[in-house]
Amino acid sequence: SNSMALRFEILGRFNRARAAQLTLPHFISQTPLFMPVGTKGTIKGLTTSQLEEIGCQIILGNTYHLELQPTSELIDELGGLHKFMNWPRALLTDSGGFQMVSLLHLADITENGVTFQSPVDGKPMLLTPEDSIQIQVGTSLCDFASCRENRIGADIIMALDDVVRTTITGPRIEEAMYRTLRWIDRCIAAHKRPNEQNLFGIVQGGLDPVLRDICVKGLVERNLPGYAIGGLSGGEDKDSFWRVVAQCTAALPEDKPRYVMGVGYPLDIVVCSALGADMYDCVYPTRTARFGTALVPEGILKLTHRAMADDTRPVDPTCACMVCKTYTRAYIHCLVTKDAMGSQLLSYHNLYYMLKLSRDLHSSIIKGQLPEYVCLFLSLDIAFYLLSVLFHWFVCGFLQKMFPKGDVPEWVCNAMEVAGIDISSCCAPFSSSQD
Amino acid sequence: MRRFFGLKNPKNQRQRCTAEREREREREREREMKFAVKAWSKGRARAGVLQFVVGSSSSRSNSPSHPTEIEIETPALLLSTRKGLPFFISPDLLPSLPSDSHLLQFSPLHFLEGITPETISAIGGLHEMLGLHEYGFAAVPRDSIVCLPHCDGTNKLGASFETPFGRILIKPSEYIKFISSMKPNSWTTLADEVPAWVSEKRNKTSVDRTVRWLDDCIALSSKGGNIFGAIVGGSSVEERRRSAQEVAKRNVSGYWIGGFGLGESMDDRSPLLNAVTDCLPEQKPRQICGLGLPEEVLQGIDSGVDLFDASYIYNLTAGGFALTFPLERIVRNVSDSQLSNKGSDGTKINLNDAVYRKDNSPIVDGCRCYSCQNHTKAYISHLLNVNEMLALILLEIHNTHHYLGFFRAIREAIKGGKFEEFRNHFIEDSCDHVFATALSA
Ligand SMILES: [Zn+2]
Ligand SMILES: [Zn+2]
Repeated sequence: SNSMALRFEILGRFNRARAAQLTLPHFISQTPLFMPVGTKGTIKGLTTSQLEEIGCQIILGNTYHLELQPTSELIDELGGLHKFMNWPRALLTDSGGFQMVSLLHLADITENGVTFQSPVDGKPMLLTPEDSIQIQVGTSLCDFASCRENRIGADIIMALDDVVRTTITGPRIEEAMYRTLRWIDRCIAAHKRPNEQNLFGIVQGGLDPVLRDICVKGLVERNLPGYAIGGLSGGEDKDSFWRVVAQCTAALPEDKPRYVMGVGYPLDIVVCSALGADMYDCVYPTRTARFGTALVPEGILKLTHRAMADDTRPVDPTCACMVCKTYTRAYIHCLVTKDAMGSQLLSYHNLYYMLKLSRDLHSSIIKGQLPEYVCLFLSLDIAFYLLSVLFHWFVCGFLQKMFPKGDVPEWVCNAMEVAGIDISSCCAPFSSSQD
Repeated sequence: MRRFFGLKNPKNQRQRCTAEREREREREREREMKFAVKAWSKGRARAGVLQFVVGSSSSRSNSPSHPTEIEIETPALLLSTRKGLPFFISPDLLPSLPSDSHLLQFSPLHFLEGITPETISAIGGLHEMLGLHEYGFAAVPRDSIVCLPHCDGTNKLGASFETPFGRILIKPSEYIKFISSMKPNSWTTLADEVPAWVSEKRNKTSVDRTVRWLDDCIALSSKGGNIFGAIVGGSSVEERRRSAQEVAKRNVSGYWIGGFGLGESMDDRSPLLNAVTDCLPEQKPRQICGLGLPEEVLQGIDSGVDLFDASYIYNLTAGGFALTFPLERIVRNVSDSQLSNKGSDGTKINLNDAVYRKDNSPIVDGCRCYSCQNHTKAYISHLLNVNEMLALILLEIHNTHHYLGFFRAIREAIKGGKFEEFRNHFIEDSCDHVFATALSA
């Protein structure tokens, strides 16, 4: 079932969690993976060589923003998005629909597509599923002059879906789900280069398990190279969130990648990975960096806080990134929110943190399948090391650092139970003498 | 028994102190800056070598244990920084610049807020705080960008500056406190810089104050270090000479010429500069502030100045400009391709200009900088258009790289005894171009 443009090989499993190798036209990547968001053809404040250095495998580009500036026509003329931004590894572009609905006040969805007012001249515009595909599909891999109708050229492109807020209820959810299914056929029909670019379908259906189920089944019938779980991280409660993810990952095919869109926080990624999801994207690490917040194993560290002014420790003493190896919290404190360098350095650290988290999830899932008796034949040191990286130990360690008082949120406990991961050791509150 | 061992032995302690003082003196000698003029072109232009030792003996994990000697050929460009780091080039990208980029200028005033001198001291000084152990740091109170001298606010107690934190008055004692916490490789004494138009009386006062602050600074700085004595004197040749002569009498490692770029005309400048440099001993480096444009740098070098700041690079970068003038050879005839470039004056281009929207070539063909090796004008133009920070990173890298190349070409010209020709060609070439564009328009 592997199309020419994508190969997905599962290298290891721990219950529902999986670690895989995802081979794309521009890069062989390892899942679970986090994709930094490069909205306008750049990740804010980082060079592409820095991104390679910290292990970024796939960058997400926003079709809506790129279409506004510099336009997909120009990107195409200059050789596609890879060449334009000089990114040798993989790219994923969204359909543009979500951005329109969330950014434009006057966006409206009809059967034909998304109608909106042009932010350039105010004229009414229409984005159909066909338009979205045409914008996203590029010529950078194509040697034929006849391929001119195609544009940006990412390794993975997303189908245009009918996005509704998860907090909305009622018949609109059902309408959106069925429309998403009708539109996927128009997207498939418009996609001229399935052997070079992978079209992912998006599961919609709000928080309704019945609708989600219909949507998953409908999409799976179309045999797409990969699937996304959409409509989440829009303000729904966490317990509903993980249940939708758990339902979809259980119903989606084993041998295809699963991408949870717009997720997320480190904790969300750990939970979703335990439930069998593979790919994530979020602007949070870079956005929060610009406001002076660092991601650390304990959660977050606000470098803007006055207490940082004389703190001579690294941002995260356990982090091996360039920023943590070199700089003190005090110095970063005097940069953040005032100087460009502050957000550059914190973005670097935050993305490093997310990518390291992805790598740790990947390797702990693979090592986690080693039968325990194997450890008996190894030296104590190595056995101890292996144990410390086994997936469930990794998850426990992660939760222990983030919730040192043992106050792991209930939704996480519930999700982990479904994922088959015993986290009882970190849920039990420590004795107060340790505080 | 335990208590007995815990007791301090006063005699041992004294010995330890003497040994420590000896080691301290040894370190001081190591930190001393050396400078030698190696070649003269006709006139005052000179090429030299500045040597200094970097690498602290602190115990933090990633500092090099052995002090390293850095050699910088002059005339040299000191990279401008904000809080010790380049504006947009992050430290991991710095090594992509040529090795003559290892001299950085910073303003201690940038640290007036957010971090205290005590914390900087606790971290181990500026090199330690920035993780730049193989770089030399030159402290200068004003940065010519956001910290500027404020003549009216300055009084006998201290120098006044306009800063991002508002208008502030810095006394020599406060300034020294910052300097001793930061431990730069060289530092400039406080100056009362005045604009070109002030009265003769005000100008005289500024020279007197600057000399007095020099003495205060020397007296207050316990460990010596490499002091660059500030020279002022506004637009009066006599006062410039008096200021230079006074500073030349003091025991300093180099000279810092202030008060330029404050309203004087380019024509008035050379006699003022010459009056200063003629009073200074030849074998010590001369640093200047306020001369940034290529033709201003050439003018300074013509008067015997050795070290320049790079605030010009910041201004170019912030405005979306990229330097493009030829470096290898200053060509007399402007090529056709240059003529067709809109938004260009022959030395630089503005990437905000729509003509670069579809330009798939690097800023300068054959440029070895990171930006030109990896990105096109079209991409940088797009990044500027959508206000992305990466535009400024790439432009600062290219412009710094290019300007360092300009200084290298100047040094070669001086060594070959051809500085005057180089300067004339450069200026003619820029003028030719302006003329040619005017005709073709
Ligand atoms: Zn870090
Ligand atoms: Zn360049």
